[in-house]
Amino acid sequence: MKKITTAQYKEMLDNITPGSSFLLKSLRAFLIGGAICMIAQFICNYLIGLNLSQNDASTFTSIIMILISAVLTGLNVYGKIAKFAGAGTLVPITGFANAVVSPAMEFKTEGYILGLGAKMFIIAGPVIVYGVLTSVICGFLLLIFRTVIG
Amino acid sequence: MDYVRAFLVGGALCVIGQLLIDFTKLTPARILVIYVVSGTILTVLGLYQPLVEFAGCGATIPLTGFGYSLGKGVIEGIDKNGLLGVFSGGLAKTSAGIAAAVFFGFFVSLICKPKDKK
Repeated sequence: MKKITTAQYKEMLDNITPGSSFLLKSLRAFLIGGAICMIAQFICNYLIGLNLSQNDASTFTSIIMILISAVLTGLNVYGKIAKFAGAGTLVPITGFANAVVSPAMEFKTEGYILGLGAKMFIIAGPVIVYGVLTSVICGFLLLIFRTVIG
Repeated sequence: MDYVRAFLVGGALCVIGQLLIDFTKLTPARILVIYVVSGTILTVLGLYQPLVEFAGCGATIPLTGFGYSLGKGVIEGIDKNGLLGVFSGGLAKTSAGIAAAVFFGFFVSLICKPKDKK
């Protein structure tokens, strides 16, 4: 029998399953991502039941989801779910929290300032930078628009 | 019923992310940036609010929801403080989430160790 390397085997495998794999990955992302949002909705409804305003409940829900994700990342569980779910665990805010905790944990060995402190924002940083940038630009345009119209 | 709507919309937003990973060369970091930026723009244009009203956490929990908070913060900031609100609004509205990520992130990384790569 002819021997094949791991790389060759992987290539063969990819050749057999190109079409179904992206559908399957999308389905997994849909199920896990949807489930995360449903859990959040459950927490949010519970908080509204405690007489929190819609706004406060929504903010608290984000905080709780971030806490859950941070703990699961610390326990090395989030990564395992992410392997299965792909974008299903990346896109929700839990993915953002994971992107904060994961590098912080990994680079702790490089010190608390330039290791943990700096690497914490290696992915979250750009997200905040471009998010804030967009919000200020949009704000300016909105202000100008309102001044001209109003 | 709101659970079903949150599930469907939240799931759909994740599928878009998955398709971007599979069919473009975009890295996860870029996808997160795209989500936040599009969420902000759609909110200021008034197009994301209806989705939030329809899907609740299905629209606010995906990272476009972070953009939604930024956009909504700026709109509210302008209503309240005019030009000052342009600068203060976005971060004011998202401050709780960012502070939570830093706070929990710090203590979890302090206590936990990454898994050894085999």
